[in-house]
Amino acid sequence: MYGNTSLTAEEAKVLNASVEDPQKLEAFEARITRGEKIEPGDWMPEQYRKQLIRMIEQHAHSEIVGALPEGTWITRAPNFKRKLALIAKVQDEIGHGQLLYSAAETLGKTREQMLMDLLSGKSKYSNVFNYPANTWADMAVIGFLVDGAAIVNQIINSKGSYGPYCRALERICYEESFHLKQGHDNFVYLATGTPVQRAMLQEALNRWYRPLLHFFGPSDRDSQHSEKLMKWRVKLASNDDMRNQFLDQYVPKIYELGLTLPDPELKKGDDGIWVFGDPDWDEFKRVINGDGPCNKERIEVRRYSELAHRWVREALLNPNEKYAIPMA
Amino acid sequence: MNTEAIKDLLYKMADDALVIGHRNSEWTGIGPMLEEDLAFSSMAQDKVGHSQALYQIIHTVFGEREPDVLAFQRSEKEFKCCQLVELPIGEYDFSLIRHFLFDHAEALRYEMLTTSTLMPLAQLAKKVRGEIKYHVMHADTFLKQLANGSEESKARMQASLNYAMPYALGIFEKSAFEDTLIGEGVFGGEEKLQHLWLEKVTGIVTTAGLQMPQVDEAKIIYGGRKGFHSEYLKSLLDEMTEVTRIDPSAEW
Repeated sequence: MYGNTSLTAEEAKVLNASVEDPQKLEAFEARITRGEKIEPGDWMPEQYRKQLIRMIEQHAHSEIVGALPEGTWITRAPNFKRKLALIAKVQDEIGHGQLLYSAAETLGKTREQMLMDLLSGKSKYSNVFNYPANTWADMAVIGFLVDGAAIVNQIINSKGSYGPYCRALERICYEESFHLKQGHDNFVYLATGTPVQRAMLQEALNRWYRPLLHFFGPSDRDSQHSEKLMKWRVKLASNDDMRNQFLDQYVPKIYELGLTLPDPELKKGDDGIWVFGDPDWDEFKRVINGDGPCNKERIEVRRYSELAHRWVREALLNPNEKYAIPMA
Repeated sequence: MNTEAIKDLLYKMADDALVIGHRNSEWTGIGPMLEEDLAFSSMAQDKVGHSQALYQIIHTVFGEREPDVLAFQRSEKEFKCCQLVELPIGEYDFSLIRHFLFDHAEALRYEMLTTSTLMPLAQLAKKVRGEIKYHVMHADTFLKQLANGSEESKARMQASLNYAMPYALGIFEKSAFEDTLIGEGVFGGEEKLQHLWLEKVTGIVTTAGLQMPQVDEAKIIYGGRKGFHSEYLKSLLDEMTEVTRIDPSAEW
């Protein structure tokens, strides 16, 4: 769930019960049907605005929180090539956050407010970043598979109806495709390396398998559907469809390298749909509600960054004795 | 040309760039605002790239090992970086002041080196000069803004400047080869560089409304250029080589 909307029963009820001016709504929906993009100043239903803010904001948070587990490996990257690639990659993720906060701001919520809501727990970020990056092999798994999963989600979302989000996603997907290449290169290097490297990679893969299944959100059977979000092109594919697309693209690549996945039930059915063992959705719920291995730490780091540097932002905003002495 | 003298110069420059790049990269994800994460991360990439290019000259011109070996497999004692770059990132005010002091020295050093008789270094200097220009612009902009922002930001800038200055002067610790390098036209020498730097930095600092700290010669933190480092370099290098050491025979 990068920028993926999953609704609780209560939220779905509010959304479906919302009432708008019928004429404006009709014109709005006709535009979307024609494939037009909705732009910031245009009329839009309140619920459209609300769900988009929530989705883009969550996506932006995922980018900047997602930079943390990888960021800790920049100083430990094993050579120049990996080090330079990893700094650039993590920098891109921060840049994506910046771009997405700007896209969300066009809908009327400030970046500061979004960051405060992240710290208070009011708004979420992708659950996958609540797991630790224990070894260098985690960089390969994250770079290849977490980024791979994110691309599946982001390419779909880039076909949505809100102009600023789509344009941000087009650029993001372009950069992500390079991330995927560096992740894949690292992944293949470890998979075809020494026994120590291979064992590291397999161990990391075992740990990340379940969070990767969780990535696209709960099964369609257990999610609240909203025809409105589909009609408004806010949500464009079901969680299960995206998950299946991911498995179909990446499981063969993992097997090709002689690696395994820790799920005896995982196989592709005759209907082209992947079946997998129960990924423990209770764990997913626990982690998303704050009880994962790294939830507290991730938020603490963001809190440090926000609060310890408040003086910098305030000083930049309030130049109370600006250039008291002539510059030349 | 005196090989030892040139290698000594190249190593200290490469080690400075690698270690400050390492430190700058630590800001990725935790900067005071997203734009500063991006800025420090960009500068880190440039610095690490500069160190790689300098190690590459040591490798190709002087037959030493490959850049990855020189960066990731030398011991603390063999490093020639100044102690300024080794210090932890601290709070943002310190990192900014260090970046300001260090990058002005870098800008002037590379400017001097554009006319070096060592051709690969002169060529590199011409390229790097263009990148450092932006590092310096970034440092100057933030220094001026924060020195004039609020009482707190001004006090922080001044305190960090006072703290960093004895270390910054250590950048210009002379090697045993100064006369040789000057005589052979490889590099104009640390004394000249320090003079240019002091003039430049003093102008910006005083214009921004801060006091230029006066540092007694005895208080300057020397030693880095001769392999005597702060307590921080060892742990920095241990961290940097953590993965490589898991399996030194492997390609990563």
